[in-house]
Amino acid sequence: MGWQKKILRVNLTNGTCTAEPLNMEWAADYLGQRGLGSKYLVEEVDPKVDPLSPDNKLIFATGPLTGTPASTGARYSVITKGALTGAIACSNSGGYFGAELKFAGWDMIIFEGKAPKPVYLYIQDDKAELISADEIWGKSVWDADKYLHAKHQDPQLKISAIGRSGEEGVMYACIVNDLHRAAGRSGVGTVMGSKNLKAVAVRGTKGVSVKDPVRFMQTVGEKKQILAENPVTGQGLPTYGTQVLMNVVNEVGALPTHNAKSVQFDGASDISGEAMHEPRGSEGKANLVTNQACFGCTIACGRVARVDKDHYTVKNRPEYWGASGGLEYENAWSLGADCGVNDLDALTFANFICNEQGFDPITFGATMAAAMELYEMGVITDEDTGGVKLNFGSAEALTSMAELVGKGEGFGKILGLGSKRLCEKYGHPDLSMSVKGQEFPAYDPRGIQGMGLTYATSNRGACHLRSYTVASEILGIPEKTDPLVTEGKAGLVKAFQDATAAVDSSGLCVFTTFAWTLEDFYPQIDAACDGEWTLERLAHMGERIWNMERQFNLAAGFTAKDDTLPKRLLTEAAATGPAKGKVSGLDKMLPEYYELRGWSVDGVPTPDTLQNLGLS
Amino acid sequence: MKINFKLYASLGQYLPANAENHQIKLDVVEGVTPAQLLQQQGVPEAEVHLVLINGVFIPPSERDTPLLEGDELAVWPAVAGG
Repeated sequence: MGWQKKILRVNLTNGTCTAEPLNMEWAADYLGQRGLGSKYLVEEVDPKVDPLSPDNKLIFATGPLTGTPASTGARYSVITKGALTGAIACSNSGGYFGAELKFAGWDMIIFEGKAPKPVYLYIQDDKAELISADEIWGKSVWDADKYLHAKHQDPQLKISAIGRSGEEGVMYACIVNDLHRAAGRSGVGTVMGSKNLKAVAVRGTKGVSVKDPVRFMQTVGEKKQILAENPVTGQGLPTYGTQVLMNVVNEVGALPTHNAKSVQFDGASDISGEAMHEPRGSEGKANLVTNQACFGCTIACGRVARVDKDHYTVKNRPEYWGASGGLEYENAWSLGADCGVNDLDALTFANFICNEQGFDPITFGATMAAAMELYEMGVITDEDTGGVKLNFGSAEALTSMAELVGKGEGFGKILGLGSKRLCEKYGHPDLSMSVKGQEFPAYDPRGIQGMGLTYATSNRGACHLRSYTVASEILGIPEKTDPLVTEGKAGLVKAFQDATAAVDSSGLCVFTTFAWTLEDFYPQIDAACDGEWTLERLAHMGERIWNMERQFNLAAGFTAKDDTLPKRLLTEAAATGPAKGKVSGLDKMLPEYYELRGWSVDGVPTPDTLQNLGLS
Repeated sequence: MKINFKLYASLGQYLPANAENHQIKLDVVEGVTPAQLLQQQGVPEAEVHLVLINGVFIPPSERDTPLLEGDELAVWPAVAGG
């Protein structure tokens, strides 16, 4: 129960769609979504596989609570070996697609092989078929979505697709569902494009059963009440969204600016959540149109925004005048502060293009920032860029390059490599602000020390969502810790990593953890799922998932040497703010972290650790 | 003495009308504390969550420590993101 106990295996090479029972022994140990999808990947894919070869697999995985009445039961994850990183990738998305897949009766889809010609997968409950994508190959996510809705004459169809960037081999392509929700990071869309798979369109009419319906409804009702009464999930997130952090993180001196050359941005207020509420331009209307919820969510943090019709980016382009997915904090940072751009509508437009053509705005913005630094150093020239001046602060450079990356054309082809490959190409690898090939997001480890360890040890490359210690170090959730010290951070990071791995396997959203702890998750899982689910079981499972992902990466060729940070963060001190004079103290945290994890000094899980976690 | 007073998110409504960019320079008496200043400006204590002076978190127990000339006092309600 909770699970549909059925997976769909799609062999793209042969064009077959086959139903299989879900492995319930694995479900008992890995629950669903991130954990269970990763277990299937680890069992079925050689860690050394070329991410873009047909031998890599692409797994869409829901959790047992996806599609149930539990708050935020919208989530699904895409698991594969990441194109950008070569590490295990797991990108999590909301919207409505995940719940619809569950309603169709499937816990998971496993794509293997490579289609000889572009196809999309069409699912109507138990029926699944591959159909030629000739009509939509070369089209954007938005055009593909429109076409498929019209073709199948079903407004309730839920669609997850790649855009042109994924077809063109942009290394950080996303998989976008419901027009502007995305499995965003690590190049999962690039893997999808390499398989000639354009989209998954699903319509489900079945329900999701749970083990004890009365207890489940009572429990999820109580937990929704907690979210409603919590000032963060009940008021702060719906009103200001994640973007409320822009001024906070700038104030604490941890806002990476100009490719992390500095830690505070003069224009932060101009691109903040507060600015999105303010009337602007000739229209006298705000950038923010409304907030929006994913399926079943009672928080509703999503931003829906519009670009002013007179803004240079959309003048005489009415196709961009409508409301669409607005800026989240990470995107506003990467496109804004990191590139030194304080034009809110330009950032919103660039974000629209990322959604329309399906590429990760965090990696794109951070790659732009690296290119801007190289341009100002004279390493990248006007000849390279086609005459576009890539100076920090140039909104025009940002938006024009976003359009080129989206199409995989011109200098956009080079920017589409991501910052690691781009900086290596131009002979300055140290200027890539990445770990394991993936760019770090909107928190500078010099000002928030726990995030340095978070980035260095994240199994999917630098990422904030693997252990969001910002909650504790800056926001005081669940309790305040000092962001400028390294003491205690190894334990904090481990605790966040393990708990998040469990949450990411449930089908619910990690944003609930601003109000809930695992104490609030396990009763909901226990009421829905077969077996007895306790706090201890969930916590142990989270640690098991973390170590399983680590084992995959070690087998793929990563070592402790990859658990590091860009040189800039380790050697160039913050020049302003509370962290002035500080670098990341990673060297003080990492050995303790390995010890707490039960890993050797080389970062390898010991036999005892593996045995304790059932991973021997 | 002068300090820079910043109120963000839903607390912005308590800023004086001539504030710009969510902040205003205020002339305050020597020895005024963050708690006193917030009360003077009509900010309900129950809505105050995150208090920073010059970017450094000030726990509730230390909000009775006097402000100093040139301090940047920034305050938020309960917020989060990610």
